[in-house]
Amino acid sequence: MVWIPSLMRDLTGGQARVSAPGRTVAELLDALEAAYPGVRERLCPGGRLHPSLAVVVDGRRAPLGLLEMVGEESEVQFVPAVSGG
Amino acid sequence: MPMPRDEHQPVPEEPAPLRVIGTRPPLYGAVDKVTGRAVFGADISLPGLLHGKVLRSPHAHARIVSIDTSRAESYPGVHAVVTARDLPEGAGERFERDNTLAGDKVLYVGHPIAAVAAESPHIAEEALALIDVQYEVLPPVLDVRRAMEADAPLLHEALRTWSLAGQAASPSNVAEHLQHVKGDPERGFAEADVIVERSFTTTMVHQGYIEPHASTALWHPDGSVTVWTCTQGAFPVREHLSSLLHLSMARIRVVPTEIGGGFGGKASSYVDVVAALLARKAGRPAKVVMGRDEVLKATGPTPGTFIRVRMGARRDGRIVAAEAELCYEAGAYPGSSVGSGADTIFACYDIPNARVDGYDVVVNKPRTSSYRAPGATPAVFAVEQVVDELAERLGIDPLEFRLLNCAREGTRRVSGQPYPRVGFAEVLEAARAHPHYRAPLGGPNRGRGIAFGYWGNWAGQSCCTISVNADGTVSLLSGSVDVSGALTGIAMQAAEELGLELEQVQVRVADTASIGYTDVSAGSRTTFGTGLAAIEAACDVIAQMCARAARLWGVPVETVSYDRAAFTTSLDPTKRLSFRELAAQLSATGGPVMGRGNVDGDVLRRGGAPGLHIADVELDPETGKVTVLRYTAVQDVGRAVHPGNVEGQIKGGVAQGIGWALYEGCFYGEDGQLLNPTLLDNKLPTAMDIPEVEPVIVEVPDPVHPYGVRGAGETPIVPVAGAIANALYRITERRMERLPMTPAYILERMGVI
Repeated sequence: MVWIPSLMRDLTGGQARVSAPGRTVAELLDALEAAYPGVRERLCPGGRLHPSLAVVVDGRRAPLGLLEMVGEESEVQFVPAVSGG
Repeated sequence: MPMPRDEHQPVPEEPAPLRVIGTRPPLYGAVDKVTGRAVFGADISLPGLLHGKVLRSPHAHARIVSIDTSRAESYPGVHAVVTARDLPEGAGERFERDNTLAGDKVLYVGHPIAAVAAESPHIAEEALALIDVQYEVLPPVLDVRRAMEADAPLLHEALRTWSLAGQAASPSNVAEHLQHVKGDPERGFAEADVIVERSFTTTMVHQGYIEPHASTALWHPDGSVTVWTCTQGAFPVREHLSSLLHLSMARIRVVPTEIGGGFGGKASSYVDVVAALLARKAGRPAKVVMGRDEVLKATGPTPGTFIRVRMGARRDGRIVAAEAELCYEAGAYPGSSVGSGADTIFACYDIPNARVDGYDVVVNKPRTSSYRAPGATPAVFAVEQVVDELAERLGIDPLEFRLLNCAREGTRRVSGQPYPRVGFAEVLEAARAHPHYRAPLGGPNRGRGIAFGYWGNWAGQSCCTISVNADGTVSLLSGSVDVSGALTGIAMQAAEELGLELEQVQVRVADTASIGYTDVSAGSRTTFGTGLAAIEAACDVIAQMCARAARLWGVPVETVSYDRAAFTTSLDPTKRLSFRELAAQLSATGGPVMGRGNVDGDVLRRGGAPGLHIADVELDPETGKVTVLRYTAVQDVGRAVHPGNVEGQIKGGVAQGIGWALYEGCFYGEDGQLLNPTLLDNKLPTAMDIPEVEPVIVEVPDPVHPYGVRGAGETPIVPVAGAIANALYRITERRMERLPMTPAYILERMGVI
């Protein structure tokens, strides 16, 4: 299950959550791109995850980013990257 | 290896009793610091040392037409003059490069343009006056809302707003727009019986660390360089140097000195590259020490903000909708803390329908840097006044209202992520039970306010090594620099794991040539993240020593165990060696033992730390002066490794928050000049301004840490301004919509002036 960021829901017909197959975040993005063209360019301009974003899989930050493995029941989110002071 | 638990694994009901964690030993290095023996950034001295000074822009916004350094170069006693032309062609990311030494434009008063290395600081300063810079002065833009307007002067002609909706077509000062939406905010507001909406502005505030930035560079004949610097992270400085000097990391050694305060501001590098360029050009070591005015003009304040908050609740007390717009000043280059502000603003509450929009906006002020819970304090100042007003209009006690609406395990944040176990309710219940909450105020013109804040914590990457000495003591090397006594907490976790007394653990901060990459000491991460690395290193030591015992006894290693008192084998109850006894035999059983721990704590699904503050203040209605009379700060810290140090963090955070709430700020003239570049005019709180702060530690263990530790250092600043504002409302019946809440502003709100 992928949580679609609100500013991208114009691509998914307003859907906030969509299902997509894939063993990795990258494969999942391929499937999303096929179903909702334009998703990849928004998240990964130039082919790499935008530096302002982090991938979160099942509530944990995914250090491998697009290469992170996902399960069939996984919940994937793209959130702003934050740190601290 | 008792490494981080899976969060689904229940925390043991009765954890094993701890011997070291939870005690209050003296902090490492404390005696050196109070007796003047500690070596800080400016204390470094080398044979032949030159002194560097930086020429800074007098304009907030200007194009550099030309720079002539010839007169400065020929000035007696000058050994080198550098500008951006001395940086390798194409080195580094553009904004990093331009903020180190300006390229074609200056974007704030104090922007570095050139630097001089000379025999003395005085000669260097004199030579700066001989550098001729021609400018084409441009109009500055200093206010975040003005900068967002379509006809505002542009800082970066190529900057276009990025968001997940795509890249904008035309240039703008808005670098980024982020958004979170949960549920259906419009439907939520339609359900609400009471709706409150207010807008707030906060000014830029400097972190106010006492030690100025200082860096010393020494080049070696093989083309490598050593840099001594006061920083929150030696490795990020190494990366910065590598990037801007086009130099292999293997040729750079960064040695972190003691650090005299940072609070996020020393997570950025300002003079390290300049010192290295000067030293290389001069062929002698060079040191650059910033003056106080340089620190206040040109190093990272926290963003000024405009924040609009709207919230709705039903008569039964449930918050049903919320929305916020956060506009944060990034300073001259993109990268404000609006992301964490947006992440924090509704973090304490379970709100079914919400929307948050955040804007990262460049203005002609210094590039902002992290400041203790970056972005959270202004956001909580805003939201906690709106929450307070909702409670008042519904006739519900403000603490009960927060308890009714607080986030709980499984609550989804506005960003969509569910919370693991975090003690929101436990903190509120502890505050409700505290005598302060019901105590009489004891006089007129006094008010009590509360505010609820949260900081999510960051874990980052850390390394530690532990070497076993022949006498049974150990030497622990930490990749983290020692900010706020965290080194002691790291060593305590290692001692606990190893079954040693803390006195048996020697601990030091390593330089970048001596240990693996470690992130900055920031984000409330050090005791947690580097503590995990220390625990992992300790477990590695124990595993290796079990193997040595097995070799000594001629038994399979699987039969050997260590119970923090002795190594034993299940095959022979007569075999027993203490840590010290086995350490004495390492030389004979295979040589030295060194354990290593290298972790990425961010892969853990960890919770943050909520805090509820209670503030009693007194207002002089004639002068507007506010006196904080009593202050109680309740916080979930997971497990207090060193309760005394945690209390110190809470008191320190509250003290900083009081300064931010009542008088601190960077005030700029219309031309972008900083009007208060001294600590006389940029007042920091002193012991005269701060009441006795009572920290109340709540321990809801973080399930992913073996000892339940949470980060504790940042949350204490988050609720302070909100709590004081709510206390002032009880006296003035006016909501405070601006930070700092100076006497003049308060009197203005009261209609007195």
